Amino acid sequence: MTLLITIFAAITVTLIWYKKAPDNSMRLGMLSLMFWGASLMWLIDAVFEYAELGAEFFTPAGEDMLNDSYLGLCVVALGLIIWLVYLFIKDPKGIIKKTLSGNRA
Amino acid sequence: MACFIVPGTEAIVTTIVTGVVKKKEKEAEGKTSTETAPLNENGKVRFSTKLGWLNNMLWGGSALLAFEHVWHGEVIPTFPFLTAVKNGEVADMLGEMSTAGVAMALLVTAVWGGMLVVSSVIEKRSAESKEAES
Repeated sequence: MTLLITIFAAITVTLIWYKKAPDNSMRLGMLSLMFWGASLMWLIDAVFEYAELGAEFFTPAGEDMLNDSYLGLCVVALGLIIWLVYLFIKDPKGIIKKTLSGNRA
Repeated sequence: MACFIVPGTEAIVTTIVTGVVKKKEKEAEGKTSTETAPLNENGKVRFSTKLGWLNNMLWGGSALLAFEHVWHGEVIPTFPFLTAVKNGEVADMLGEMSTAGVAMALLVTAVWGGMLVVSSVIEKRSAESKEAES
């Protein structure tokens, strides 16, 4: 479920990035690549787990699935927080700078 | 256990390489600005920008995977920071790093390689169509 939730997050952000392109002022490319990187890494984890468990891999216990879903949502939230911090530090539109200097346009 | 350390280490190396490449690109173009445009004078994507794609995938993936390890109690806030080391399962941990960890780093790098091929083909086609127009 963690892999699935991260893949859906990656696809959603990639579609938004594509719609906004070539304007990358919101740094959505960075967010989508971050989710894709994590998805690829969890895919390897899933392959290793499948090699170990076989078909049982596709029938997880309800409690495990719930915990994995909760983890997936937390991972997406953490990814969004990292992106937000990066966006505020880079401040491509200069909004933070303007706000802090009290020079609102 | 600690598979995220392998792509994390690769991320450190590629970030250093990106810095060096960026500096060389700036020197070659004779610019003093700290912020470089993603495209060079020929309208092609700079190699440092392409390395940035790999950095984003490696850093992002490693950070989110590290969080997953904290969630499962495999990474702890106190020394030695890894449960496997604390429990004397170093051999198992190294085994997992050399299989799953290396596979993760290789897959991300291979996907990035695919992105480079696709962007190169698009750039070539774009250059050809521009030549045909002029």
